[in-house]
Amino acid sequence: MNILELLGRINPVAASGSVVVLVGLWGVLARPNLFKIAIAFSIMETGVNLVILSVGYIRGRTAPILDSAADAETAVRTMTDPVPQALVLTAIVIGLAVTALMLSYVVRLKTAGGCSSVEAHGDEKW
Amino acid sequence: MAIDIAISISGVLMIAAAIGAVLTRSLLVSIILSGGVSLIASLVFLLMGAPDVAMTEAAIGSGLTTIVFLYAMARSKQTDDEDADERMEITSEGSGGAS
Amino acid sequence: MMRKVLVVLAVLGFALALLPLAYEAGVAGKPGDLASAYLDRSPKDFAAANVVTAIVVSYRGFDTLGEVAVLFAATAGVGALLTRKRMGPSATGGKRTESTEILRTAAGLLTGLLVMFGAYIFLHGHLTPGGGFQGGVVIATAVLLNLLAAPRSHLAHGAVTVVESLSGAVYVALGLLGIYLARGFLDPRALPIGKIGALASAGTIPLIYSVIGLKVGAELSAILDALKGDRE
Repeated sequence: MNILELLGRINPVAASGSVVVLVGLWGVLARPNLFKIAIAFSIMETGVNLVILSVGYIRGRTAPILDSAADAETAVRTMTDPVPQALVLTAIVIGLAVTALMLSYVVRLKTAGGCSSVEAHGDEKW
Repeated sequence: MAIDIAISISGVLMIAAAIGAVLTRSLLVSIILSGGVSLIASLVFLLMGAPDVAMTEAAIGSGLTTIVFLYAMARSKQTDDEDADERMEITSEGSGGAS
Repeated sequence: MMRKVLVVLAVLGFALALLPLAYEAGVAGKPGDLASAYLDRSPKDFAAANVVTAIVVSYRGFDTLGEVAVLFAATAGVGALLTRKRMGPSATGGKRTESTEILRTAAGLLTGLLVMFGAYIFLHGHLTPGGGFQGGVVIATAVLLNLLAAPRSHLAHGAVTVVESLSGAVYVALGLLGIYLARGFLDPRALPIGKIGALASAGTIPLIYSVIGLKVGAELSAILDALKGDRE
């Protein structure tokens, strides 16, 4: 199995998406500032969307948009998978809403007199 | 094949921006870099033949998410330094409480 | 020290979990059976040129309805957390600065263009890439531009609430229309399908996507206004 075959098997979108997820996860776990945690969560969401969409990547094909009735015959042979695209579309919008909710919690915490490091809130756990 | 190479190069740029966003000490730089990650991800979505998703990611990821972070930082009076551990002083009328 | 070891172990565990997707599964050769069926039947059933729109609005319409509900819940949460009653008087004490002249002029020129562009995107969702979510985000951007250009103003809260509630009700009503006039909930054949590629085609798909676009735009504007502050 030579090196080109090995490289040909790697899905480039899934590989870069996975590394972005890992970088985001490390940011969530290793940094104490609340805003930094929120930013790392947002990066993780982008990575997860990339990984989900990588399932539908087919080399050498085009977007699933038909031009006319004539295209409909050849659609199955020339278009990428449309189902993961539909799923990721809603996931991106929900990611924004969840980020906004997370940040509103941080704003409430800080204006009630808390400090911006997650270490100092350790007594809030059970 | 050329598209694969373009996706790989964009992937490397995206990873570099993500690592920069987590490692840097300044919060503003971190926010801008996370907007950059979303922008390069939108380019990758376009290269793999998903224009709907690319439009959504570009508008939401590098547009509204950056603004939401900046509004939250301004509202809670957060300084730019990550390691500063300050608190906001409570106003004399109290902050509403859990009535 | 212990904590760093645990963090490294967690990241390595995730890496092992993601490895099969990146390497073993590889790149697919052709779409699966379900995707081929959708690509094949979308022009025949609904005459929708954009297959992703047909999947989001009708084939997987329930998922979109659930997503709109989740967006509503998150917006309600942000709005409930950040009301002025709970946060006390405004932290800046009312000393808001004025915005610059460039921003004010640009906001005046660009607002009409942005709203028209957003409406174009969600009206043509079944023909070109785009649709309700993208158009809603563009409209929320137009609202944001005005919020930035006039810092003392805030959103007309009553109007936004009415738009959002009416859009949600019209969405469910169009879905129920599918039960009476076509074969099921959210079936777009309630209205005539028309020819593929024309503006008035694909049944109720453009109408459904338009109300989704209005609802998403209204909700994102409400989130931005709540985060900006000075809501009562």
